[in-house]
Amino acid sequence: MAKHTLIAYVEDVPGVLNRISSLFRRRNFNIDSLTVGRTEQAGVSRLTVVVEATDAGARIVEANLYKLVNVLRVDDLTHKSALMRELGLVKVKVTPQTRAQVLQLVEVFRARVVDVDEETLVIEVTGTPEKIGKFELVLRPYGIVEIVRTGAVAMARGSALLSSAPPLVRTDTSADHGNDDSGLSMSV
Amino acid sequence: MKLTGAEIIWECLQKEGVDVVFGYPGGAILPTYDAMTKYPKIHHVLVRHEQGATHMADGYARASGKVGVAIATSGPGATNMVTGIATAMMDSSPIVCITGQVGSKAIGTDAFQETDVTGVTLPITKHNYLVTKPGEIARAIREAFYIAKSGRPGPVLVDITKDAQQMTAEFDWEGAAPRLPGYRPSYHAPMSEYARAADLINSAKRPLILAGQGILKSGTTAEVLALAKKAGIPITTTLLGIGVIPASSPLNLGMMGMHGEAWVNQAIQQADLLIALGMRFDDRVTGNLKTYALNAKKIHVDIDPTEINKNVPVDVALIGDLREVLALVEPQVKKATHSDWWTSINAQRGDAAVRDIQALPDSGHLYAAHVINDLWRLTQKRDTIVVTDVGQHQMWEAQYYRHEKPRSLITSGGLGTMGFALPAAIGAKFACPDKDVWVVVGDGGFQMTSCELATAEQEGIKVNVAIINNSFLGMVRQWQEFFYDKRYAATPMTGPDFVKLAEAYRLKGLRCNTRADVKSTVEKTLAAKGTVVIDFVVEKEDSVFPMVPAGADLDKMIRRPKQDVMLESGSDKDWEMPSASAAPVKKSAPARGRGKTLPTTKKATRPAPRKSPRR
Ligand SMILES: Cc1cc2nc3c(=O)[nH]c(=O)nc-3n(C[C@H](O)[C@H](O)[C@H](O)COP(=O)(O)OP(=O)(O)OC[C@H]3O[C@@H](n4cnc5c(N)ncnc54)[C@H](O)[C@@H]3O)c2cc1C
Ligand SMILES: Cc1ncc(C[n+]2csc(CCOP(=O)(O)OP(=O)(O)O)c2C)c(N)n1
Ligand SMILES: [Mg+2]
Repeated sequence: MAKHTLIAYVEDVPGVLNRISSLFRRRNFNIDSLTVGRTEQAGVSRLTVVVEATDAGARIVEANLYKLVNVLRVDDLTHKSALMRELGLVKVKVTPQTRAQVLQLVEVFRARVVDVDEETLVIEVTGTPEKIGKFELVLRPYGIVEIVRTGAVAMARGSALLSSAPPLVRTDTSADHGNDDSGLSMSV
Repeated sequence: MKLTGAEIIWECLQKEGVDVVFGYPGGAILPTYDAMTKYPKIHHVLVRHEQGATHMADGYARASGKVGVAIATSGPGATNMVTGIATAMMDSSPIVCITGQVGSKAIGTDAFQETDVTGVTLPITKHNYLVTKPGEIARAIREAFYIAKSGRPGPVLVDITKDAQQMTAEFDWEGAAPRLPGYRPSYHAPMSEYARAADLINSAKRPLILAGQGILKSGTTAEVLALAKKAGIPITTTLLGIGVIPASSPLNLGMMGMHGEAWVNQAIQQADLLIALGMRFDDRVTGNLKTYALNAKKIHVDIDPTEINKNVPVDVALIGDLREVLALVEPQVKKATHSDWWTSINAQRGDAAVRDIQALPDSGHLYAAHVINDLWRLTQKRDTIVVTDVGQHQMWEAQYYRHEKPRSLITSGGLGTMGFALPAAIGAKFACPDKDVWVVVGDGGFQMTSCELATAEQEGIKVNVAIINNSFLGMVRQWQEFFYDKRYAATPMTGPDFVKLAEAYRLKGLRCNTRADVKSTVEKTLAAKGTVVIDFVVEKEDSVFPMVPAGADLDKMIRRPKQDVMLESGSDKDWEMPSASAAPVKKSAPARGRGKTLPTTKKATRPAPRKSPRR
């Protein structure tokens, strides 16, 4: 199983997030992260969901999202050329001895310091979720006090149009559609 | 035209063509009830429990194909609907539930009888609405009806605050047309897929059609029969597909799955092509997915893309309405007979259809199978709808009642809701007042919703209730017998004197203990004016055969022990096969030893107890 990044345009009506999270829980899909925000169109929000799934499983997630009345369109960017970004704030302990090392790491990761006091630094870092994960890893020895991540947002590169229908799946019978152990087996 | 929200609700129902609603009043829906008096064209049926209202709406929908409507108050009224809504959801039944909600200002304050009903029903509705303004009611109801009946049908709930019912707004029906940019009721498969499907069909040696409820929903019985006839393809149905293909059709092999015909399940495992038409490969249908139909390529036609590859990976998916799909596939399909395939199926069928129920000598015991098969014989010439509950009697009905028409069997398949039958039958009777409506129900399930007898009585309608009384929660008892070493924990069950119970409701009650009396009992029931309750006192510890244990391989069926003379299933004199060689082999049955169902010595043929059986 791999991480799949799906984006969805949804009507901005009360309860729509609830419907989406309820769907994921109900169908036993594992959400890695979920972000929502406004779009260029009034009344339409855009969602980025990162979900652990096989390719076949991701197609089922996509089809299920389409089934929600308030969902306008869905696209799986996993196998497309796409940009993915996340923002993280990390509050890390520093001492006079370690401060310089931490600042060097900030440099390397093209992050920036946004708050300073005697004992801590707050660092803002953006990039792919992997990059932020790495940043966290290298800062850990210094003592992370707090960390917050926004979850990934994604956008396809270029001018290709988003898909606007669920996959009309003509799938192979390959093993990646596990019946029980895909983590996506749905209890219907 | 300015109307109150409550009046708008009734105006909308009228415009949607609703002639009957099933409901129960209470504080938060009172304005709507008050306005009802101005709309005499819509008949309101006062139920005895809101669960009953939802099942009635469901039964009405399944019998008529129209949208059923149920109404309840906030809080407990609405939560009582949950079981009925979930039942309708699982079986794709179009119902609209209207619930009252506390005043919009009080929402979120734990006000008296406040429940977050849209939250509660979110996963068990196709869609739902919380309406807080009178001006939004019309659109919500129009959209609710549209969503409920289009595409893959399902339940929609509209929760309307009390103040929205009381305040006034302009009623503009035209202006309230559905605006659903994200709703896609149906899709079309790419043309290339049709050619691939036709290729598979044309090259198959052992094809089999799996006919499901989607055929009923799309009204394509004739089209499916035409395709099967042209290409010589045998058909098997799901439980919810019963009736979409006439039982008397030589192409119809009978039901598949857990309690399906042995030869059907064997045919599925031997087939080289399964053509699934509007069925969703439920786990009661497939058994163990890892060994399911491994020799077969699969074509899946379904209107709902989420069903494709959900349980069974398929080779060709034709997503769309069956009517459209069949119209495009059929012309590309070549004529064929598949006589070798038929011969092999018929050989297995002859072997499996061991005994003829008619040839059974009557030992004095009354078996549910007798009751149901006789009921079929006695009612087959009449236009009859049978509504079944959930349990052994439901399976025996599926096996021994021969349904010829779509919508002549109504049953809760996906959720398996005990207590469904009586209220659903009342709903069906309102949809089809000219048809006979029979309820086939267990003594357990009947006691769950028997209060609705009062509804039938108050409405003066006639439903014929056949209680298959085995003094057990029989289906569970059967599992305990097979998989839990006969430890009958909490399954022996007493009940009231059902005859007296009927009489207490001012209805007719009859009791029948012997096979000889079945005919006269049914005749008396048909002749009686109002609702009749029959207590058929049947063998207590009989079991449904064949049975594929949950999760077992489809062809690993538990069969009825040989020394037991009950027939295996569904075969009888009228069952004719297409070719001369196809006549079922009739063996005369041994006559005695019927008291006990499963001698313990037969244990070896049964699988070891499973740790976590699914029910
Ligand atoms: C005690 C018990 C035992 C049972 N044993 C059995 C058994 O032995 N055998 C058995 O078969 N069942 C059995 N069932 C029932 C089983 O649980 C399922 O409810 C049943 O198999 C579902 O049948 P279905 O797939 O035809 O119908 P549904 O579940 O209604 O599915 C219909 C499918 O058709 C699609 N569809 C709808 N409209 C259209 C359209 N216009 N065009 C195309 N597609 C459409 C839908 O999207 C859906 O996927 C049992 C139930 C109980 C309670
Ligand atoms: C509401 C509900 N509760 C529990 C069950 C589990 N269950 C399935 S069949 C069954 C026994 C039904 O007994 P009865 O109504 O007497 O019918 P029988 O099997 O004896 O014909 C039970 C308890 C269910 N399906 N529905
Ligand atoms: Mg019983």
